[in-house]
Amino acid sequence: MLENSNDYLSEQVRAIPPSAIRRFFDLANEMKGEVISLSIGEPDFVTPWHIREAGIYSLEQGYTHYSPNQGYLELREAINEYMIRRFSLSYDPKTEILVTVGGSEAIDLTVRALINPGDEVIIIEPCFVAYKATVVMARGVPVIVTTTADNNFKVKAEDIEAAITDKTKLLMIGYPNNPTGATMSKEELASIAAVLERYPHVLILSDELYSELSYDENGHCSLASFPALYDRTIIVNGFSKAFAMTGWRIGFACGPETFLSAMNKIHQYCIMSSPSTAQYAAIEAARNGDKDTKDMCAEYNRRRRVIVHGCRQAGLTCFEPFGAFYAFPGIQGLGIDSETFCERFLTEKKVAIVPGNAFGKCGEGYVRISYAASMENIKEAVVRLTEFVNVIKNEEKHK
Amino acid sequence: MLDRYELLRLIEHNARLTQPELAVMLGTTEEAIAAELEQLHNDDIILGYTTVVNWEKTKRESVTALIEVRLTPQRDKGFDKIAQHLYRYPQVTSCYLMSGGFDLMLIIEDSTLREVASFISNKVAPIEGVVSTATHFILKKYKSNGVVFEDKPVDRREAVIL
Repeated sequence: MLENSNDYLSEQVRAIPPSAIRRFFDLANEMKGEVISLSIGEPDFVTPWHIREAGIYSLEQGYTHYSPNQGYLELREAINEYMIRRFSLSYDPKTEILVTVGGSEAIDLTVRALINPGDEVIIIEPCFVAYKATVVMARGVPVIVTTTADNNFKVKAEDIEAAITDKTKLLMIGYPNNPTGATMSKEELASIAAVLERYPHVLILSDELYSELSYDENGHCSLASFPALYDRTIIVNGFSKAFAMTGWRIGFACGPETFLSAMNKIHQYCIMSSPSTAQYAAIEAARNGDKDTKDMCAEYNRRRRVIVHGCRQAGLTCFEPFGAFYAFPGIQGLGIDSETFCERFLTEKKVAIVPGNAFGKCGEGYVRISYAASMENIKEAVVRLTEFVNVIKNEEKHK
Repeated sequence: MLDRYELLRLIEHNARLTQPELAVMLGTTEEAIAAELEQLHNDDIILGYTTVVNWEKTKRESVTALIEVRLTPQRDKGFDKIAQHLYRYPQVTSCYLMSGGFDLMLIIEDSTLREVASFISNKVAPIEGVVSTATHFILKKYKSNGVVFEDKPVDRREAVIL
């Protein structure tokens, strides 16, 4: 082992914040297989057979070479048709759509294409852990805006406005949200749009990976659908959550040509192109997967109701989430912090859920429960949660 | 608004869901569930509740056969009278009128091959109107009534995914 090998690491890598829940991670990995896992941020469903079959068929036919850097044109056309059909948004398949290795790569490309050292990026917490890390790696400056349970974890327009300076380059916003499950309606987004219209130098990265998992009757609304913001918004979306294609690693970005071609420049040098097999499967998903998404969404919705009802019955406060597959109940008043709560719930009741502070400091006092799990496991977990909360309450009473 | 079809699909798959559970899953009240179930019973849409049993795993011997029956239609009665005659036997667990190369499909469950064969030759074949039968024995059940019989799938996902 090279002496002082850490000293050779780049400053950016060393600046990446360590996991706030390292202890919990290690424990959960040790106990994998023995517990009910409601800690998993990916669908429990397997990719629908007709989509898998399309991927398999492409292999049988020998389609194993690189695709064009930007992704097969047929897929980009299918993505445009999908965006029109589902969200009434249109992008030019030749210049405004890029096929990426998951939504994660699209987020990274956006940040690397736009952020200079010192540029400020507004990040709304609690949120997906990759946002801050990506910005730090690009030597940007994360500016955190917090959301709270009393506003159902929806971001307030005035909080965004207060965070904007002349150094602000980008706003990263993601609804439906991981970890809270919060969504924002068209009316609520309109107040955000109104603020952003006053600051035309701020670009927007809208993470819409969970757009299909929306349980509000009005469905998902994108910030890009506000005309004044369309030319400043890069949408990141993908196939992982909507079509249960997490392992295929296939996503996409849509946005103005200048930004997308810059992202493609980075993409072509680093990745060359996204996996070809995944792209063929994604064409089938985008064209013929609407019913599968609808069925999965209906099942998630039933589980959502059971989890939220169960958390409240167990004695936790829980706002009602209308998106993604997470509930974010509060554990205030129980006298222990999120990580201890989750560690003890794991070791004593054999159920894994994630401490809220993994997603930002304002997540402390909350826990993320994923309902990407079978109804049987969810019901059993709710029973154990009720027992566990009673144990903690009794301990608190006798302190 | 309670979706009748969503309710039916849920209880068709799992008849043991309780009314309180259904109320939570479907975002409605127990009264609404109870009223809808009563209506579904009254309309003969829900006809019964069954359990899917894997008899292979019990000590009891059991054989299932699919019988194709070719008929000549009875004057004024079509196939209904013969079908009725056949499905009255308790070992006939299903009886369907079919399109294609034969007329009735019977599913027979009995304890041994010999008993099934005996039933067909003594009870089915001699019926007036029965032209011929073809018997197929089930060797292995992979999936029945929407339930997969093989070993349950393992969750292969990582322990924690943020």
